[in-house]
Amino acid sequence: MTAAQVIRSEWTKIRSVASTVWTLGLAAVVTIALGALISLLLKNQWSDLSEKDRLSFDPTYTSFAGMSLGQLAMIVFGVLVVSNEYSTGMIRTSLAAVPQRGTFLASKLVVAAGLAFVVGVVTSFAAFFLGQAMLGDHSTSIGDPGVLRAVIGGALYMTLIALFSMGVASMLRSPMLSLGILMPFFFLISNILGAVSATKKIGRYLPDQAGSKIMQVVTPIDNDTPYGPWGGLAIMVAWVAAALLGGYVLLKRRDA
Amino acid sequence: MIEAVGLTKRYGDKTAVYNLSFQVRPGSVTGFLGPNGSGKSTTMRMILGLDQPTSGQVTIGGFPYRKLPNAPRQVGALLDAKAVHGGRSARSHLLCLAQLSGIPARRVDEVLGVVGLQDVARKRSKGFSLGMGQRLGIAAALLGDPQVLLFDEPVNGLDPEGILWVRNLMKALAAEGRTVFVSSHLMSEMALTADHLIVIGRGQLLSDMSIGDFISANSADFARVRTPETEPQQREKLTAALTEAGGQVLPEQDGALRVMGLPLPRISDLAHSADVRLWELSPHQASLEEAYMRMTQGAVDYRSTVDQRAGLQQPLPPGAQPPVQMPVPGQGQPGWYAPPPPQQGGQPPFGAPGQPGQPTGPYGAPGGPGAPVAAGGAHPNPYAQPVAAPVADLTKPEDAR
Repeated sequence: MTAAQVIRSEWTKIRSVASTVWTLGLAAVVTIALGALISLLLKNQWSDLSEKDRLSFDPTYTSFAGMSLGQLAMIVFGVLVVSNEYSTGMIRTSLAAVPQRGTFLASKLVVAAGLAFVVGVVTSFAAFFLGQAMLGDHSTSIGDPGVLRAVIGGALYMTLIALFSMGVASMLRSPMLSLGILMPFFFLISNILGAVSATKKIGRYLPDQAGSKIMQVVTPIDNDTPYGPWGGLAIMVAWVAAALLGGYVLLKRRDA
Repeated sequence: MIEAVGLTKRYGDKTAVYNLSFQVRPGSVTGFLGPNGSGKSTTMRMILGLDQPTSGQVTIGGFPYRKLPNAPRQVGALLDAKAVHGGRSARSHLLCLAQLSGIPARRVDEVLGVVGLQDVARKRSKGFSLGMGQRLGIAAALLGDPQVLLFDEPVNGLDPEGILWVRNLMKALAAEGRTVFVSSHLMSEMALTADHLIVIGRGQLLSDMSIGDFISANSADFARVRTPETEPQQREKLTAALTEAGGQVLPEQDGALRVMGLPLPRISDLAHSADVRLWELSPHQASLEEAYMRMTQGAVDYRSTVDQRAGLQQPLPPGAQPPVQMPVPGQGQPGWYAPPPPQQGGQPPFGAPGQPGQPTGPYGAPGGPGAPVAAGGAHPNPYAQPVAAPVADLTKPEDAR
């Protein structure tokens, strides 16, 4: 059995369930629409902004403002791709058909991450251009330094979020448990830790805060973050690698 | 060929399968029987490499499943009919399995036709009935045209037409020289389908023999003899003659006689020489169900009790007679089943103390529920004396002990 066969099979699996279209569609729509809406609001309230805010204004990052909500749909996508196998019992059929569990997990990750990346690229570029159109005079262009990196970084960020969720789901197996941990983690805990000054130093090493650095072009004033855009992405990659390694080790050891 | 050697699986404290060794040979249908929770599904999962045995090993064609080259083309399995993503169509489900082993898509349509699901191939499997799910699972097992097939309860939820089809399918697959391993609780179905039986109880091997041997080893064949009801002295005369000739004669409630140890022509001859007329002389072979019940009665983990309906029954009006409780077969009457084979003296073979060749694993403890009260074959009438008193205790309500 070749990896190509397993990948083909995983591709059939992923495209034959409705949840794929729903979660990925929602991730794209929410990210693009919310980014455009916030860009429009900022343009209209430009005159109300303080001098400091105007100086550190980042048009690229503003157009990605929908990412914080859109990533939640990406998390659901990643969790469902893996945990569906367990909640339906399909995992036993799958593993009986692919006794090489490493190949099985890797193929699943390749297919799902590839799909997430394609959706991420489309979403990222759409969110950027639509956001810039909304910002009007305050917009930036794709040719400006760091902007293309940020836009492609947005796609990478979405892919890594999906991969992290898949790793967590392969460790926890249950969709409810996985979502119950990931959702509050990304939506609440990360934000709270980042907002409180005492925990800020810890918060910025969390996967989403470190990873979202890649989408910033203008560094905020009085910024003391000890890593740059690529450093932040590397921190996120480390998180993802740890989650996937945990998932792989458990899948290999555990009875299905 | 499936071969298990010393297969053991523990989940924490619980031993699901203990020291199981057996072979499933090609060319015949091998039935896999055992009470609920006896370790059948665990064994099936270990065969498929889904669960790792705690010790021992099981191989298919000499390879452990995980090392088997292109496993889906060699082994097909139906484990759980509901183990399908409900949002995926039947065809997509089979297609993703087919693509794993390079099976062309037209084979998917082929097996959909074989199991009769071609009309609902593109419907989501969420709406499938249990029987349709079962057919889908069988289709998945047949997909790779494998030499080894495992089916866990394949006829569950199937309609009579489907049951007949599965029965013929199993036989046809075995006749083609494939290895077919089927678990089921439907004894009548097993009796018709299987050639060979592997029986386990509490995770241990109870029996591994052909179905005919299994029935003869666990319950004796007998002849039913009826003499004219108008002349009771003829019955006594015949009983004496048969006993003298070495037969074992037991009276039945309706006046007939059960005769063991004598062939039918000999009974007829003896009756003729004793000048006794016969109204009935018929051969009786115990059914697989009776033989199975007798063998596994000591290894049943989940046994039903009599429903007392406490607090649910209206008090009887004064003077009314309580309804007569009809005995339910198998509850509190372990001796109810078919007669025991003479050589074993009515002992169920499981957990009997001091009996040679018995497994003495964690569950083989002597004196467990169902262990017979006394060893030895001295009971003149197994119906007069319940074989296993402890079992009867278990079935009584808590306050009656």
